[in-house]
Amino acid sequence: MRTPSVGRSSPRVEDENLLRGRGQFVDDIQIPGTLHLAFVRSPHAHARIKSIDTSSSLSLTGVIHVWTIDDLPKGLQDQPIPLVHPNPAIKQGFLPYVLAKGEVHYVGEPIVVVVAQTRALAEDASELVSVEYEVLPAISDCKDAVQEGAVLCHTNSSTNIAARVPFSYGNVAQAFEKAHLVIKESFFQHRGGSFFMECRAGLAQYDSHLDQYTVHLGTQVPHQMKRFYMDMLELGDQQIRVIAPDVGGGFGSKAPFYAEYALLPLLAKATGKPVKWIEDRFENFTSTFQERDQYWDMELALDEHGRILGLQGQLLHDSGAYLPRGLIVQWISATTVPGPYVVPSFQMEMISVLTNRVPTSAVRGAGRPQAIFAMERLLDRAAQKLGIDRAEIRRRNFIQPDQMPYKVGLIYRDGKPVTYDSGDYPASQDLALNHIDYEGFKIEQANALSTGRHIGLGLANYVEGTGLGPYEAVTIRISTTGRIFLYTGASPQGQSHQTTLAQIAADQLGMDPSMIKVVTGDTAAVPMGVGTFAARTAVNAGNSAHLAALAIREKIIKIAASTMEVKEDDLELEDGFVFVRGTPDLRKSFREIAIISGGVPGFSLPDGVSAGLEHLSTFSPKQSTYSNGTHAAIVEVDIETGHIKILRYVVVHDCGRVINPKVVHGQVIGGVAHGIGNAFYEHMRYDSQGQPLTTHFGDYLLPQASDIPPIEVLHMTSLSPLNPLGIKGAGEGGTLPAAATLISAVEDALKPYGILINESPLSPMKVVSLLGKHALGRTYSS
Amino acid sequence: MNNNQTLSLTVNGVNHVREVPSRMNLVDFLRNELKLTGSHVGCEHGVCGACTVLVDGLSVRACLMFAVQAEGCNVTTVEGLANADGSLSPLQAAFHEHHGLQCGFCTPGMLMTLQELLQEGKMPSEDEVRERLSGNLCRCTGYEGIVQAALEVLNRHPSAGRDQ
Repeated sequence: MRTPSVGRSSPRVEDENLLRGRGQFVDDIQIPGTLHLAFVRSPHAHARIKSIDTSSSLSLTGVIHVWTIDDLPKGLQDQPIPLVHPNPAIKQGFLPYVLAKGEVHYVGEPIVVVVAQTRALAEDASELVSVEYEVLPAISDCKDAVQEGAVLCHTNSSTNIAARVPFSYGNVAQAFEKAHLVIKESFFQHRGGSFFMECRAGLAQYDSHLDQYTVHLGTQVPHQMKRFYMDMLELGDQQIRVIAPDVGGGFGSKAPFYAEYALLPLLAKATGKPVKWIEDRFENFTSTFQERDQYWDMELALDEHGRILGLQGQLLHDSGAYLPRGLIVQWISATTVPGPYVVPSFQMEMISVLTNRVPTSAVRGAGRPQAIFAMERLLDRAAQKLGIDRAEIRRRNFIQPDQMPYKVGLIYRDGKPVTYDSGDYPASQDLALNHIDYEGFKIEQANALSTGRHIGLGLANYVEGTGLGPYEAVTIRISTTGRIFLYTGASPQGQSHQTTLAQIAADQLGMDPSMIKVVTGDTAAVPMGVGTFAARTAVNAGNSAHLAALAIREKIIKIAASTMEVKEDDLELEDGFVFVRGTPDLRKSFREIAIISGGVPGFSLPDGVSAGLEHLSTFSPKQSTYSNGTHAAIVEVDIETGHIKILRYVVVHDCGRVINPKVVHGQVIGGVAHGIGNAFYEHMRYDSQGQPLTTHFGDYLLPQASDIPPIEVLHMTSLSPLNPLGIKGAGEGGTLPAAATLISAVEDALKPYGILINESPLSPMKVVSLLGKHALGRTYSS
Repeated sequence: MNNNQTLSLTVNGVNHVREVPSRMNLVDFLRNELKLTGSHVGCEHGVCGACTVLVDGLSVRACLMFAVQAEGCNVTTVEGLANADGSLSPLQAAFHEHHGLQCGFCTPGMLMTLQELLQEGKMPSEDEVRERLSGNLCRCTGYEGIVQAALEVLNRHPSAGRDQ
C-alpha cells in the first residue's frame, strides 16, 4: 500500500510556472488588438454631477468610446450592482450603478469609462473629460455619522444608519444586576484593506458568431461572477464563461462583483475587440472595497472569581457609501465576540453606518479580529481589576472539551446556530504558554525593567467559524487517454488548491498526486461552484474531492470486476492500475477502464458498467466548522521613539486534519503577518471631508520582511465530526488574534506607567503620546 | 506625447532594436513589446518591488525607469534566471523547497532583488536579508519562506521559525 499523501508536505505543483515568470495573471494574457479601459472617477466624496462633456476626449485619435451611464443599455441605467447577501435587517441598502447616476458618494466612484487602443491613450483621454460638480458636504467618520443632525451620505435619505441589528440570548439585565464587577471599555479598531499585490483585473472577449462571452477576471468567485453576468446581461448559461487564471492574492476584496466588471463584456461586444482593464494602485486605494473602521462600546459583567456573567455592547461599523455586500462582516463581528469562553448572557447591537467612503466588505478575518480584540481586551482589564493572572481568568471561563458540541446561543452568518464542533481550548492556551515560558517571562520582564528595557507579553485565544457551505463542486474525470483531471469551482489566489486537492484524490485512487491535473477557476470546466472565501475550500472542495475520488474508485472496481470476472473485494488500485490482490499481473489500466465505460458505438454497455469514468460531488456541510487557537507574543517597546519590536511570536493552531503541513504553515504565517500589519502599520486614513489621505504604499504601510519576526507554530488536531475528512478551515486563523495579542503585549510592557490601550493599529506616535510625561527624551510635547 | 525613439538593448542575452514612445517605462516595454510578462506591475509608485529587474547587474524598479534609459544596457528579467540547462536556478529551486511563494505575483521581483544580493557574493545575516527584501512587498507569505530560501542559497541557516 502506498503511504497516504494527506498529512505530508507534498511539493506545490503551482510553483514551476510562477518561478519562471510564466504565470498567467490577467494582464499577462496578451491578445493582439486588445483595447484598454480607463475610468474618470469622482475626486469628491459627495457631489452632484451637473454636466459631463466627453467631446475633447472622443476627438483624440485612437479613442473608441467614452461612455457615461446614459450610454449603457437601458436596463443598466436603472439597475444597480446586485446585493449579494440580502438581509431583512437592511433598511437602507444603497447600491451603486455601473457608472455614477446623478450623485457621487465617495472619492473614486467611477463616472465615465474610456476605451482606447492603449492604456496610456485611455488615460490621456480620461483627463480630457470635463465633469462639472456641485460639491456637497460629506460625512467621513462613522461615529460622526450617527450623531443627531449629521451630514447625510445620500441626499435622498433621512439617516446614515443602514441597518440596526440586535443579537441577544440569556438574561443580561440580571447578569449585570448581580455582577461583582463590570468592566466598561470603548475600542476603536481599523483594518485597512486587502491590498493584494495584483490589483483588480479583467479581460473580456465576445464571439459574435456564437454570441458568447469569455471573461478573465482576477476574482475569488468565478461561478458567482458568471451568475451576475447572466442576470445583468440577460444571458443563457452557455453564453458566458468566466475564468479566474492566476490570481495575485484576494484576501476577500476580490470576491465582490464590481461596477468595472460589468463594463468589460458590454464594451467587448460594442467594439468587437477584446477589452482589458487593469486597476492601477491609486484606483486600488480609492475604489477597491476595504474593511476599515469599527467602534465598540462594551461592558462585561463578572463575579468575584472572574467568571463571566454577561456581556453587552454596541458596535458601529463603517459600511461606506453602499452595501453591495450586505451585513456580512459586521454580522460575523457580532457573533464572534464570545469566542472560546462561556458567556451565559449576551446582548449586542450592531449598527451599520453609511459614510462617504468607498464601500466595505470582508478582508482576511472578516470582522473576527475586531471581535477577538474586544473580548480579549475586556478579559485583560478584568484580570487587572480583580488581581487575577491573565491566563488564569481565561482558564476559569473556557468552554471545556467535554462541553462539545457547544451551542453559543447566536445565529451565525450561515443562518445556523453558532455551534462549536470540537476543540480543546484550555489545552491550546496551556501549550502556547508553556512554549513561550509564561511563568519564566515574569522574571525576565522584571530583570529587563531594572535595566530600563520595557518588554511585555500578550496572549489571546480565538474560535473561528470556517468551512461555510453550501458546497463546492468537484468533478473527477479519467479520460479515455488515461489522464486524470480534477475540476473544481474552488478558485485559488495562492492557497495551493491544485496541490492539496490532488493529494486528497490521489489517496483514494492509489497514486501520486502529481498524476492528477487539477483545473480551477473555470466555469466551463465544472457546471457549478461557489468560490474561495471564509476558509472554506479545504472543507467543501476537499471533502467533495474525497467523495468524488471514492465514487470513481468504486466505479473502477465495479467495471473491472465485471469485465475481469473477479470479486470486487479482491481488487486494489495502484499507480493507475486496478489489479487482483496478490496477482499484480491480473490488471487493467485506468485508461482501459475509461475506454470500456466510454462504450462502443452501436453496442450496449456491458452489465455492471455505467457510462463515463467521471463523478461530480458537491459535499454540503451541515454547518460551519470551528477552528481555534492561541497566540502569545513578547514585544519590546522603546519609550523614546515608540518603536515596537516583536521579540517572539508563538502560534497554537487547530484546524482539524491537516492536508499539507507546509501549506497550512504558510497560511498561518502569512495570516499572522497580515495581523501584525493591522496591529501596528496599516491605516487607511481619510480627512473630515472623506478625502483619502493614504493612497500609495509609501503612506499606507504594509508589513515588510524586516517587520516580521520568526513565527513559531505548534499544531493541535481536533478533527471535525462534520465532514468525512475531519477538516476545518485554515486560511484566516493566523490573522484573527494577532492585533489582540500584540496590543496586549505592548500594554504589558508599559504597565509600570498604567497605560491602557484600546485601539488598533498602534503607531509609534500614538505610543509616545500615550506615554505622555513618561516618554523618554525629546519625542513628546504636550 | 507620442514622439518615438529608437532603443537598442540586450534582454536576457538577446539583442533588440525597437521604436518606442519616449514616455514608455521599462516594465511596460518588457511586458507589452517583448512579451516578457514575468516582471509584474504592482504599484507604479516604485514601492512594491514586483517589477524589479537587473540593469547592468543592478536592481532597478522597472516602473520608475523609462525604456529609453536602458539604451545599450544589459537587462535581466525573471525569464533569464534559469540555469543554462533549463533547470531552476538555485534561488528558484529554494523558493519551491521553502514555500517561498503563494500567489506568485511578487515572486519575480523577490527573485531579482535576491539575485543581485547573491551576485554580490557576501554572506549576509538574516537581518541583512530581511533589510534587503524590505523594498519588495509580499502579502501572502509573511516572508518566512522567502527569507529561508535566500539564507539557504547564501549558505546560512535560519535561526528559528520552524514548525515544532
